[in-house]
Amino acid sequence: MRINPRIINRLVRMGLNVQAFFTVGILIIIIAIIFFKGFPHMSFAFIFSFPEDMGREGGIFPSIVGTIQLALLSILFATPLGLGTAIFLTEYTRESLFTKLIRFGVESLAGIPSILYGLFGFIFFVIKLKMGWSLLAGVLTMTIMILPTIIRTSEEAIRAVPRQLRIVSYSLSASKWETIKKVVLPAAMPGILTGIMLSIGRAVGETAAIIFTMGSSLRLPLSVMDSGRTMAVHFYILAREGISMEKAYGTAVVLVLSILLINILAYYIMNKAIARYS
Amino acid sequence: MIDRTVFKERFVKWVLVAFALSSLLFLFLIFLFILAEGLPLFLKVGVKNIIFGFKWAPTKGYFGIFPMIISSFLVTIGALVIGAPMGLSCAIYLSEYSGKKMKMFLKPALELLAGIPSVVFGFLGVIYIVPLVRNYLGGSGFSLISTSLVLGVMILPTIISISFDALVSVPKTYREGSAAMGATKWQTIYKVIIPSAKSGILASFILGMGRAIGETMAVIMIAGNALKIPGSILDPLRTLTGNIALELAYATGDHRLGLFSTGVVLMVIIMILNYIANFGIKRKIAK
Repeated sequence: MRINPRIINRLVRMGLNVQAFFTVGILIIIIAIIFFKGFPHMSFAFIFSFPEDMGREGGIFPSIVGTIQLALLSILFATPLGLGTAIFLTEYTRESLFTKLIRFGVESLAGIPSILYGLFGFIFFVIKLKMGWSLLAGVLTMTIMILPTIIRTSEEAIRAVPRQLRIVSYSLSASKWETIKKVVLPAAMPGILTGIMLSIGRAVGETAAIIFTMGSSLRLPLSVMDSGRTMAVHFYILAREGISMEKAYGTAVVLVLSILLINILAYYIMNKAIARYS
Repeated sequence: MIDRTVFKERFVKWVLVAFALSSLLFLFLIFLFILAEGLPLFLKVGVKNIIFGFKWAPTKGYFGIFPMIISSFLVTIGALVIGAPMGLSCAIYLSEYSGKKMKMFLKPALELLAGIPSVVFGFLGVIYIVPLVRNYLGGSGFSLISTSLVLGVMILPTIISISFDALVSVPKTYREGSAAMGATKWQTIYKVIIPSAKSGILASFILGMGRAIGETMAVIMIAGNALKIPGSILDPLRTLTGNIALELAYATGDHRLGLFSTGVVLMVIIMILNYIANFGIKRKIAK
């Protein structure tokens, strides 16, 4: 018996509908679990007090500070490098063997899993360059990890800037660099900011690369040579070593909430940017 | 005055070239240092004894990682079995069926799913998936199937976004041609759109595999980390990434070198997968 193709069509449509909602459902369930289980353990005091007894008691203040330090310093290093690369690729060269080589480098960096960044950061920064487990070693490792994201998003943003803007600038006798600095970059800024926000989100959530470079000291890192732990690392240690489930959930709420807010802000900026040029 | 402008332009250009080269430099350094630490042991112990060795007892001179290589592939295939059909059907829904408003809601939701840190996936896996498997299927729950389930969800965003791109880039005329022949929407998708987007969809599966095989924190929390080839889907296992992450903090001497050798094997696998996805398949699309 041959089933009517229209009926199959309708069944498939229904199935795909269910599937799509199921996928979104997973996201909603994850967020819901973290929030419902975690909010009771989160408080003003939890955020602003120091952990006691390995994290069994007290708050997570040092790990919040450590996370912010790691994310901001990595962005500070990666943004000029990544943006510079993107400007070079879009404005200063045609597609050639050289740009292909650079793109190959960027693609490969993007594909390397974080544990290999951890191995590299550990042997290169921590041991060979004698930085020890430190904020600096974590920041430098993270810088390399987020570089591909910054390069790709900045490149896309710069390419989307209409050519007319550049032509007008040249016609006013502006030099190439002046045009880039005063016309192209301001116009591409929302896209560039999106890349920066996404990279911050990545730095906040990273664990494998950070635990072996920045270490897991519970103290507040006061200099770049101090070890420290980020929220993600703190959460991992609390959960894996079974130190305290309540504190783990509390940390998870702060961690997931900050990543969600950062990413939502990133897409908000991006959508505004898209609306501007289309 | 003009000379100064010219000088400045040149200066800027060379600075930018240096910045652009930094990515290549970093890639080179990563290769160099992982290989420099990882290769000596291959020479000392023998490639065969490491890659095909069954016993991992690094303090006693055994560096066999064969079970971990197999385990890494098993969880990756498991993740693909779960993630590929789910991801592909989601991508088809997004590109062919969903309205504009639905798309505006679904795409950001998927991006947010991609942003959830892997430790959170691992944690929820331990709290919810592991007991579920233990109670309904048996075993300890720390198993191949639990790990595959969690990894399958984790690779969804990769699979969906790349196969979505491949599906929407199929020319509109193909759809119109098929509809003109009296085909239903599903017949069009099944017979016309999926075959023409085949290479992009394949690339999304392979990049998903790359993500799954490189995933670490979620895996060490759920996999159970036993040092043998799992006999069934309910057995615990240890992956290449797990091996590195579990022991790196305290390993010294040859033990540490052994972890870098594990890293070398992982790096080679990842490079092959990325090469197939980026160059093998994408080049085909360009043609």
